This record gives sequence, C-alpha cells and structure tokens, in this order.
Amino acid sequence: MQFDPFVIPFDLGLYFILIYAVTRSIIWFRELSRPDKLRLQRGFFGKAFGQSLKEIFLESLIHRKILKSNLRLGYMHMSLAFGWFLLILFGTIEADIFGEKHLNAPYKAIFFKFFNPDHGKTPFEAGYSFLMDLILAFILSGLVLAIIKRFSSKAVGMKKTTKLKTLDKIALTSLWLIFPSRLIAESLTSGAYGTGSFLTGTLGSWLASFLPASQMAYPFWWLYSLSLGTFFVLLPLTRYLHIPTELFLIFMRNSGIRTGDKAGSFSEVEVHSCSSCGLCIDTCQMNFSAGINNMQAAYLTKAIRNNTETFDIAQNCLMCGRCDQICPVGIELSPIRMIQRRTGDSEISYTNTWKGYFREKQHLPVKKQNIRNSFDFLPESNPGKADILYFAGCMTHLTPSIKIAMTSILNASGLSWSFIDEKGGACCGRPLMLAGQDKEARELINYNSQIIWKSGAHTLVTSCPICYKVFKESYYLDVEVLHHSQFIKNIIDDGSVKMNFLHKRVTYHTPCELGRSSGVYDEPREVLRHVANLETTDFDNENSLCCGGSLGNLMLSQENKRKIASCTAAELTRKNPDFLITACPLCKKTLAPVTKYKVIDLSEIVAESIVTPAVLKKNTYRFKKTVRESVGVEKS
Amino acid sequence: MEKFGFTLTKARVIDYDRNDHSIVDFIMEREPSFKACIECGCCSATCTTGNFTGFSLREINVLLKRGENDQVRKKIKKCMLCGKCSLVCPRGVNTRNVVFVAKQAFQKFDNYAV
Repeated sequence: MQFDPFVIPFDLGLYFILIYAVTRSIIWFRELSRPDKLRLQRGFFGKAFGQSLKEIFLESLIHRKILKSNLRLGYMHMSLAFGWFLLILFGTIEADIFGEKHLNAPYKAIFFKFFNPDHGKTPFEAGYSFLMDLILAFILSGLVLAIIKRFSSKAVGMKKTTKLKTLDKIALTSLWLIFPSRLIAESLTSGAYGTGSFLTGTLGSWLASFLPASQMAYPFWWLYSLSLGTFFVLLPLTRYLHIPTELFLIFMRNSGIRTGDKAGSFSEVEVHSCSSCGLCIDTCQMNFSAGINNMQAAYLTKAIRNNTETFDIAQNCLMCGRCDQICPVGIELSPIRMIQRRTGDSEISYTNTWKGYFREKQHLPVKKQNIRNSFDFLPESNPGKADILYFAGCMTHLTPSIKIAMTSILNASGLSWSFIDEKGGACCGRPLMLAGQDKEARELINYNSQIIWKSGAHTLVTSCPICYKVFKESYYLDVEVLHHSQFIKNIIDDGSVKMNFLHKRVTYHTPCELGRSSGVYDEPREVLRHVANLETTDFDNENSLCCGGSLGNLMLSQENKRKIASCTAAELTRKNPDFLITACPLCKKTLAPVTKYKVIDLSEIVAESIVTPAVLKKNTYRFKKTVRESVGVEKS
Repeated sequence: MEKFGFTLTKARVIDYDRNDHSIVDFIMEREPSFKACIECGCCSATCTTGNFTGFSLREINVLLKRGENDQVRKKIKKCMLCGKCSLVCPRGVNTRNVVFVAKQAFQKFDNYAV
C-alpha cells in the first residue's frame, strides 16, 4: 500500500508550514538593516554556524536552561521537543530501512505502521519497534505533565502559568491529540496484526481482545493526521511559532545581531520566539511580592504578537531585568519593553486573524508625537576646571548623607575635584528615557554633556546607578565614567586612602541599575570587604532583588512599592546584619522605611572608616587616558 | 426703542464648573491616588525643575482640578520626570505618574503635539 486519503490533512499542513517558514524567513531577512544582513551572512559561513547548531541542540531540543532552573518543567519541554525530534528522525530511518523503497514521501515515515502493519516480526525489527515505543512513551510522559500543568501549575513547580487565547487553545488541543491518537492508532493496528513492542503491542493485544481492532484503527489514523494538519496550519497564529522561530533567533544572535532601540526584524523574531513557558512570571517580583500577574514579559510578547493593547503592560514594569536573566530562550526582554514604551500610546483596534499570518501587512495607526519638553530655562553653568567631576544626581540630593560622605571621601583622596550639581543640577535624562521620552531626554543629555566637556575633566564620578548607566551608555563623553563604588575601589587600590576595619556584619543589596543593567558586581563587594564583614544572602549578584522603588515603573502604586520593598528588605536581613548596605540612593530611600535594620550607602560606611592622613599623599591616582589626550588636542 | 449706547456688562465670574474636566477625569481614572492630594507642596519644595524656574507641581495639581488646561499644558513640559516628588509625598500620591498621564491626556483629548 502506497497511499491512503487520510494522509491528505497532514500533507497539506506540512507543505503549508514549510512554504510559510521559507516566505517568512525571506521577509525577515529582507527587513534587516544592511549591517545586520552582513553580520548574518558572515555568521552563516563562519564560526557562529557551529555554535548555533550546538545551541539549537542544547536549548531547543534538550532545554538545558529550563532543566537547570526547574527540573519538572524542563523535563516536560524536553520530552516534547527532543522526543518528537527523535520520533521523526528514527521514523524516517525506519521507513528508509524497512520500507518498500528508499527516499519516501514524509508521510510514509509518520504513518509507517499503517503502511507496513506486519512490521516487527523479525528480532531486529522488534528491537527497532521497541526503540520507537520507548520514544513514544518518553513523549507521552511529558504530555501527561503538560496536561497536569495546564490544570494545576503547581504540580510542575510553577506558581503561575500563562493564560491562553482561543486559537492557542485549539492548537494546544490538536497538539495534545497528536501523540495519544498515534498511540491508539498504532496499538490497534499492531493488535490486529500481532506486532508492536512493549507499549503499542501490549495495549494493542489488550484492545484487540474485546474490540474489532482492524476496523477501529482507521478512524484513529485519520484523527492522527487531522490533528497534525490542524497544528501545522495554526502554528503561525499561535505561540507555537516559537518552534521554528527559535532556530532563526539562535542564528541571528550568534551572528552578533542585537535588539537595539527600534522595532525591526530581530525584535519581531524575538517576540515570536517566546514559548510562553512562564519562567518570567515566577521570577517577577511584581508577581510574588505585589500579586500583579498580568504584565510579565510573556504577556508583553503575547500582546505584541496578537497586536493587542501593549501600553499598560509595557509601562507597568520595574525594569529590574530579572526576566532577562532567567529567559531560557535568551530574549532581550527589557529592550523590547523599552521599544514598546517609545512607541507610546495608540489605539490598536485592528486584529484580523487572517492577516495574523503576516503581521507586517497590518497597517497600524501612526503613533502620535509626544508633547515635546523645553528645558531652555536651564541656566548656563560653568564648573571649575578639575580632574574629577562629581555628579550627585537628583536622588542623592534627597539623601544628603551620601553627598556629605562622598565629599569627605573625595577630599581625603587629595585629588582635584569639582561638584557639578552642588546647588542642584538638571536630571541625567534616564527617568525620561525609562518613560519612553527619548527626545526630551536628549535635551537634558546635551545640557549635561556641555558642562562636562567644559570642565576638561578626566573622570566623572556619580553616586547614583541610574545616572551611571545613562552617562555610560547614552552620553558621548571623553571622560571615564565611574560609579562611586568603582572610584572608591580605585583609590583604595592605589593607596590614596587608608581604612579602619569596622567590626560590623553587613549584607549588600545589589541595585538593579548597577548590577544587571551595568554589570558592576564585584567592585562594591571588594570595597566592603575592606571595611566590614560581608555576609552572603540568597539573592546576590545576578539573582539580586529590586528594591521596588524603581523609576522604571510609573504606574505602580506606593502601597505595592512598599510591599516589594518589605519583601526585599526581609530577604536581605535574614542573617541579622548590623547594616544593610546598598550603593544606590533610591534603594536606600526605598528600603529604609520598611525595615528595622539600618540601611546605609556604601560611601557612608567608607567615609566612617576612612583614616584621615596626617600629610596628604602625593597624587598617585592613575587616570584613564582620554581620547583627546591620546590624539594630542589638549597640548595644542 | 431708544438706544443710549449703554449695555449690560457681561458677568466676569470665572466659573470653574464650566471648564473642561476631561483631562483631570482621565488622570483620576488612571492614577486614583491623585485624589488623595492635599496640595501641601512637598513636591514643589523638592522639585529639580523648581530649583531653576517657578515650576510647581502643586500649582499644576490645583490648575488641573480647576480645569485650567491651557496653563497646565504650557507648564507641564518643564517636568524632568525625575521622581523626587513621589518619594517625598506624605499622602503616597504617585505624582510622577500624574505628570506622565497628564501628558498622555493632552495627546489623547487635544491631539496636542508641540
């Protein structure tokens, strides 16, 4: 037997999805910017290709990252993805070896048992059937977990699972039907012919004992083919598009393409690669501290995919970056959120299912321009010439003890320094950027840059990680930008200051903007080791918690901010430290009212322990060479 | 009738009830904590922008509630969204979002873009 009408739904679905995948890839490739196209081409013929293959195997099939963070959830994903892959691979080999001829049509491998019902009589064939049954059992075990998870997410170690839309539900049902219908169809056929291994054989002979197996098998083969066909056709409209897209994403990422700050091909690929696994929901502090569970990254990507309202979801986020850290697909979720914030508010009423197959064909309304700010009231400022500039920032002005501590540290270092915003300066621009108002932020950035350029300084020290990040990333300056923790480490290392060891036990809270956002983890810890006994907590470095006061979230009420702050403070003070140290004025301001422990800034404890030198030491601080010095502009 | 060249003078009463309250209603809906504002002025005292100009969030709050939208529209552009005001607010008003939502409301209702 070579053909039967029941394979038609499967065939149609398969060819549809193949053609769709090729068309979509071409569209995505065409929309890439020119440098990104070159990157992708170079990556495809270079080292990135091998890396990508390895990553595809480890992440898309084995799901190593999910396995690491949650074993049961990882097993569920692995059994479905890796199991299905093995089933297709060994099925194709089986059809090739045992079939009537080589190089069969794809349906011959999928419905092998139907076309070769008496296969499995010889010992070698029986061995092979055993392998196929084993793989099917592997997938079915994952499927059972998936069904349990849908109804009770706690069973797989997750607090919350993602909510679904109607099309997702239909696709999910067809996905769930694929493997049980295969099992029953194969079992009935095996039962009728007395073949099959431990799973299909046993089930088959039991079913055949009281059912007309040979007549009943046929409808189940139809069901198997139909569920496969339905799944393939619905794939582009549902979250299951992540299965093919993730491969594309891995190639693009390994070729060096990054999200950037505008929506484009890559961000769209990223959005479609989200499998809605829900790890970001569990890790989100808005969920486990404040009980808000409708704005996490999985919902954002879903809203973008479905062209529904994203404004509230995009705005209601602390931008702490914990989801970026945990995402098993490695989607850059915070940059995607920032892109959504920049596009602003617009009423999308346009959701057409058929056009969902090609998202770019939908004409979204043109976004209205934001109200432009005008900061022309800012006075012209002339800071004194100095080697080091100190920028306290708005938040430090609200916590004057940090300002005082930094003044005494800078004085003790014996370097020439100048306080830019001693009498209050302009904002650094980051809060406006976080609200998606980049143009306005640029005005402030230009204003501040002017002051810094005029001073001719080598180094800019800031007390606030929020300012640090924006100075480092969005300003075009010819100075070395340092957070005060880095600066203090430098002056300790070169011997400019000496410290007393205070016999205090302290824990350190890593601010999000300093840690995950800017990658400064070690410097504050090293400084603290010089002055006190640093205790570890469960939430150190990459896994650090957000204080809740983040400027990233405009919508969060004070009450919820307080809830998050108390949760964080409670976690960090578990070991009863003398002080809870942080390196951000905003974190200090947020954490101090919710805990009985004393919350102080890193600079304060350093200022307290600093030994005032009898004679100011000769200046030994080594400045990083600026660009203007290396090309010799300064001398002429 | 004989004309004497005299007319009745128009009433010069400013009736705040007749002003357009769509902006403030929108803000109240999106940021309910705004209702708790007692106009104490802590926000104005700590304001980064207020350090340089006469910008006062307290004034803006009062004007918004009265529906004097034209004045608000001119002034609100000066805010840098730094967020110090919401940290000092004794009533827990999310003042930073009030400014953000007000800007959004101007876009929505006035189609206003400078």
